[in-house]
Amino acid sequence: MTENKKTLSSEQKEELKIGFNLEWRKELRKAIPMKERMKIERQKMPERDPNVRNKDFLEVNCGLDAEAAVKEAQRCWDCANPQCVVGCPVGIDIPGFIKLIEKGDFEASARKLKETNSLPAICGRVCPQETQCEVVCSVGKATGIPVAIGNLERFAADYEREEGEVKLPKIPATTRHKVAVIGAGPSGLTVAGDLVKLGHQVTIFEALHVAGGVLVYGIPEFRLPNKTLQAEVAYLQDLGVELKTSFVVGMTASLDDLKVQGYEAFYIGSGAGLPSFMRIPGENLIGIYSANEYLTRVNLMNAYKFPEYDTPVFSGKRVAVMGGGNVAMDSVRIAKRMGAEMAAIVYRRSRTEMPARAEEVHHAEEEGIEFHFLTTPTRFIGDDNGCVKAMECLKMKLGEPDESGRRRPVPIEGSEFIMEIQMAVVAIGQSPNPLIPKTTPGLEVGKWGNIEVNWDTMETSMKGVYAGGDIIRGGATVILAMGDGKIAAREIHKYLGGLDKEF
Amino acid sequence: MPKIIRRERLVPNLHLIEVEAPDVARKSKPGQFIIIMPDEFGERIPLSIADWDVEKGTVTAVFLVIGTSTNKLSRLNAGDKVPVFVGPLGKESEIKKYGTVICAGGCFGIGAIYPVARALKEAGNKIIALMDVKANYLLYWEDKFRAISDEFYVSSRDSYYDCKDYIPTVLKNILKKGETIDRVVSIGCTYLMYTCAEATRAKKIDTVVSLNPIMVDGTGMCGACRLTVDGKTKFACVDGPDFDGHLVDWKELFSRRKSYFDDEIQSLCHWEGKNFP
Ligand SMILES: Cc1cc2nc3c(=O)[nH]c(=O)nc-3n(C[C@H](O)[C@H](O)[C@H](O)COP(=O)(O)OP(=O)(O)OC[C@H]3O[C@@H](n4cnc5c(N)ncnc54)[C@H](O)[C@@H]3O)c2cc1C
Ligand code: SF4
Repeated sequence: MTENKKTLSSEQKEELKIGFNLEWRKELRKAIPMKERMKIERQKMPERDPNVRNKDFLEVNCGLDAEAAVKEAQRCWDCANPQCVVGCPVGIDIPGFIKLIEKGDFEASARKLKETNSLPAICGRVCPQETQCEVVCSVGKATGIPVAIGNLERFAADYEREEGEVKLPKIPATTRHKVAVIGAGPSGLTVAGDLVKLGHQVTIFEALHVAGGVLVYGIPEFRLPNKTLQAEVAYLQDLGVELKTSFVVGMTASLDDLKVQGYEAFYIGSGAGLPSFMRIPGENLIGIYSANEYLTRVNLMNAYKFPEYDTPVFSGKRVAVMGGGNVAMDSVRIAKRMGAEMAAIVYRRSRTEMPARAEEVHHAEEEGIEFHFLTTPTRFIGDDNGCVKAMECLKMKLGEPDESGRRRPVPIEGSEFIMEIQMAVVAIGQSPNPLIPKTTPGLEVGKWGNIEVNWDTMETSMKGVYAGGDIIRGGATVILAMGDGKIAAREIHKYLGGLDKEF
Repeated sequence: MPKIIRRERLVPNLHLIEVEAPDVARKSKPGQFIIIMPDEFGERIPLSIADWDVEKGTVTAVFLVIGTSTNKLSRLNAGDKVPVFVGPLGKESEIKKYGTVICAGGCFGIGAIYPVARALKEAGNKIIALMDVKANYLLYWEDKFRAISDEFYVSSRDSYYDCKDYIPTVLKNILKKGETIDRVVSIGCTYLMYTCAEATRAKKIDTVVSLNPIMVDGTGMCGACRLTVDGKTKFACVDGPDFDGHLVDWKELFSRRKSYFDDEIQSLCHWEGKNFP
């Protein structure tokens, strides 16, 4: 799975330059000298009290207010050669939207964001900014504390949705071309949005009963409120996207069936839905969940409101969550909220290797989550009823770096110990959903089950069939899934346009 | 939202539900299942497909009323809508000409095994249908089965029909008679399928069971339905629901099915308390 290299196209560079040279931008730059800007402190994101929020599912972060947002925007120097844009996987015009906030035109700022990112309210909340845009920010390099790009992105998008007016763009006359988008995750939603704006007839087919993919079944309410997401989905529907839920492509209809029904181009954004297990003894005991099951029960099926909702979920007093990514962090924080006295992360590497967003790790610590680093379970132990009651673990130490560049954990012999638990969540990764590759003859897949694409166009081995997001990358990120969608939408448009000319 | 065309009490506690779902009907094959959600608050529950009609665009399932979700379903009527009716899910049953096939069903499985038996008959097999009921008034679809089977036996605990023995005994008696049985298909409660598999184990007759562990999404995403078959973890929703009954780890399956026993009771109490105070 080789990824696209991040470089800016000449058009992007040109656009950034035009923005940089706008009169009002020049004036803003002059208004506050750089030295003064450096004195402004990074505006703290208001958060709810850890000991209150770890008992409910309301959002942790409350969002910056307008005053704080403008102040934060003032910290940005408006660099001539902004590295943050290069760091952003979809190349958002970051100084462009930040300076609009500084100017006080929040709605224009949101529109600027939406030129490249159709779901800014979501990315502002869930992107790993500290490894993408904020890590390369010049202010960060100079002062150690970068501009809070993510918080500002969230501010502008929330402002537009809550205070401003969401304007529907003018949609050109229909091209009559039918496009099928499979999967209503961030990747599919991006493709649908871009193509409907070009006048194509877009239908999204979604296996679950709610749109959103991981954003709805995986990421919990306290990190990404569902209403934020559903507002974005409703917006797409207002634009004319047709959404068919409870439709499993490969089962309810195959790709070929859809072709017969008149769909000309396809985008597969079916995600990484296949949970990995650890393959250690006792893993099928009662009380051991895959993260997917645990999260789906709680987030999609609302098990945290049982018995008002019918779907139950265990709420163990002592819960271990295996893994160090966002999925693990979300699972363990839910377990705490469901009443666990001990909710612990068990991770085989050390803190520095954890792939989770820094903010989530920080929040988890504040909420009383325990961390057991350099630890790996070797077997689960059950009671007479087949319920898990303990887990045998092994201590690890870090060895040589592996292919991913992270130091490989190696077991320390004789370091076994027993951890008593009543519930465990396995959050060690997901692989690409095999359903579509299995039911679509001719679709080439790689050795991880990922659909193979041409990385310049996102086209698969089948003509007119494109793919992107977690189905080609394995578990990746929201913004990469959306970036793939952007490229695919452009290519699908060209593909359909080409056909147009032939008539 | 999919519309209910018919909801009918077949016998006490067993209901039939027919839902308008043309896409699902067009693709349905014997042995597959659907997932239904009775209302916005409900669970996603798997039900075997008991019949379908491509022209009418409907799919039929038979369900036993046990917990909150099935209680809710049993109170829906023609014209009502359900938020989720998705399928067909799972692999279709293997249908070939084997020779003589015993189709052993009980409870909701009498409905679920019907399309399998019909397809096996169409494939040229001799069908021995074996129905297990607690009492004579719990048998349904007798006509439908008589029409597609060569031999038809009912065992009911009240001795009303052919005998009163539980299904493994009946099965063993048939085997003892000496006729070559090439395959056994069994659908019903887990215990019935388990005992059928045990009854044929010694004679090594291929025995297919249609397993129904707890599921959530039904498309292989969550792993709630995992079970051990031949020492390997399988997902019933995508690797099944049909499995070789002689290779299933039954003990694990029984225990996993009981995972939410207490919660189910609590849920039902809550629902009843709210609706029938
Ligand atoms: C708990 C959790 C937390 C995460 N946290 C973050 C985070 O903080 N930041 C971040 O950037 N990333 C995070 N990620 C990763 C991120 O969510 C994914 O990379 C991203 O959602 C992938 O988008 P996608 O559109 O490719 O797939 P998905 O979001 O997985 O969507 C795929 C959709 O396709 C549907 N589908 C699958 N098969 C079919 C079919 N055959 N027919 C019809 N529909 C089908 C699925 O039901 C699903 O709705 C997290 C992931 C998880 C699980
Ligand atoms: S690198 Fe930092 S300071 Fe420079 S434009 Fe980007 S956000 Fe502003």
